[in-house]
Amino acid sequence: MTTQPSNDSSKSKLSWSARFAQSPLLLRIAQAWEALLARRWLLPVLLVIGLALSFLIPQFRLVNEYVQLIMMYVGINIIMTISLNLINGYMGEFSVGHAGFMAVGAYIGALLTTQVLPYAWLEGPLVMIVFPLIVLAGGAGAALVGLLVAVPSFRTRGDYLAIVTLAFNMIVKSVIENIEAIGGPRGIPGIDKLTTMPWVFFWTVLAVWVIRNFIYSNFGRGVLSLREDEIASDLMSVNTRQVKLLAFVLSSFFAGIGGALFAHLLQFISPRVFDIIKSTDFLIMVYLGGIGSIGGSVLGATIYTVLLEVLRPLQVWRFVLMPLLLVFLMLYRPRGIMGLREFRWFVPNSELLVGKKKEVGNAAAD
Amino acid sequence: MLLQTKSLTHYFGGLCAVMDFNLDLQPGELVGIIGPNGAGKTTVFNLITGVYKASQGSIQFFNNGQAVELVGLRPNQVTALGIARTFQNIRLFRELTVLDNVRIAAFNQVGYSPWEALLHLGRFRSEETRIQNYALELLEFFKLHDYASELAMNLPYGLQRRLEIARAMATRPKILLLDEPAAGINPKEIDRLMEFIAWIRQEFDLTIILIEHQMRLVMNICERLKVLDFGKTIAEGLPVEIQNNSEVLEAYLGEGDDL
Repeated sequence: MTTQPSNDSSKSKLSWSARFAQSPLLLRIAQAWEALLARRWLLPVLLVIGLALSFLIPQFRLVNEYVQLIMMYVGINIIMTISLNLINGYMGEFSVGHAGFMAVGAYIGALLTTQVLPYAWLEGPLVMIVFPLIVLAGGAGAALVGLLVAVPSFRTRGDYLAIVTLAFNMIVKSVIENIEAIGGPRGIPGIDKLTTMPWVFFWTVLAVWVIRNFIYSNFGRGVLSLREDEIASDLMSVNTRQVKLLAFVLSSFFAGIGGALFAHLLQFISPRVFDIIKSTDFLIMVYLGGIGSIGGSVLGATIYTVLLEVLRPLQVWRFVLMPLLLVFLMLYRPRGIMGLREFRWFVPNSELLVGKKKEVGNAAAD
Repeated sequence: MLLQTKSLTHYFGGLCAVMDFNLDLQPGELVGIIGPNGAGKTTVFNLITGVYKASQGSIQFFNNGQAVELVGLRPNQVTALGIARTFQNIRLFRELTVLDNVRIAAFNQVGYSPWEALLHLGRFRSEETRIQNYALELLEFFKLHDYASELAMNLPYGLQRRLEIARAMATRPKILLLDEPAAGINPKEIDRLMEFIAWIRQEFDLTIILIEHQMRLVMNICERLKVLDFGKTIAEGLPVEIQNNSEVLEAYLGEGDDL
């Protein structure tokens, strides 16, 4: 990254925050960070280390159970945030019902383990095959429901679509509440704790990878063009209906995955867990981390989840502090920490080459 | 014949925006549509491209001798058949790069499935390389390649106009609909714009329909004109004929206009 050299007269007019951003120390940190991210071989290395740690931490109790639990929540929240970002950040719609999809995945998964599948399947080595299938079923069910929500998005958008997703979340909640066979308002207790750290790691990496692939594809570019100008993208041969359908299905699929993992971690789910407040949590993570950014989603989910735990000693006051934090974030960085920017680690090689070509061209022009 | 509209009519509620519009477009022609503000010119473009569905009438596009009815098709289907357009006020994908703007317009030319996109497998790599090269070639052709990774909104106005045309060309059109290409352009630059339009017309073997208010441009490059007023076609013919048509002068050009 290059910084614009500013002349002295304008320097005095800079705000304190801009001056802070230009301080030599911060610039050096930024440079070091850039250099770190430029080393692309580090990413696979980190992934291998992460995978190893996900096995080692529970095995040797490197950290206590409570911290392990938080780490797993971070993973699930990353899945939820990145899938919501696809709709809210990349496509530019405003879905406020993400917890609804999560509920579908959670209930399908939980019902499979507690009521449908024979207990013998969940014991011993067989669970290694059965559990991913349960999670997949949760994702597939949510994706199917996502298909239904995608259809109204053909005709309406913006605030109106937000109302549709809001209604969807309420519908899911009250439908579950009114079916006694799946526990009604009491929910499903005693779900086996099948979600383990390696599984969370696996699904998180998969979600990040697949959604990144989608975004850096023809369909992903179609999603971006929808955010910019739907009429223009229609007129530039983008099959907007196909693109919307794919985005909603993919987003709800991973929300369902997150839900199934969540159910088998918390071991108890009820309709109340998946209300609008839960959806709001994911919205906060998206807008904190940054819209239209994979790196931002990872950051947002991690920071928010960890911060809420760290601030636990403040008790009720943390729900004053966190929203305040958000207010200031929206004032000074309305697009979140990483809004519309991306860590180079998440950008495919082929896309980076174009950037290089331009830099060469610029250097020649200078 | 390339495009034929028959008694095309469109209502907005009770208001008749376009009334009985007939156009026979021959391959290679450059036809101008003129008329005062609110005459329904842009509505005609919106009807042809499928943004609005015509209330009455038909639009037929002749694709290799085969007639395709355009009324009822979605805009992306119309564009895929070979009709592209630009906009009166620039509608680029502002916060995307110049390269992405052009690549997006090649959406229907990419031959891989969603599955291949999700996993970056199969035809994905070869197709992506092909589309990227195609887009870069187009950018080079329009002398925009230095800005490939620049955000579209950061380009100066003139280059944004040019990018919009480059983007439209990426859809591989047979017919190009230009909606006021000279809007916001310095009168002195109109000569260059005229050369530019003639150039892309030749290079891409295009048939063009053009909406414009700049009479100098219209009279110089259009081979045939249609004049709309309150949705009705009040005159059509050669530019010279239009210039001397009393009805047009009255409705559109007004008095004291030194044409």
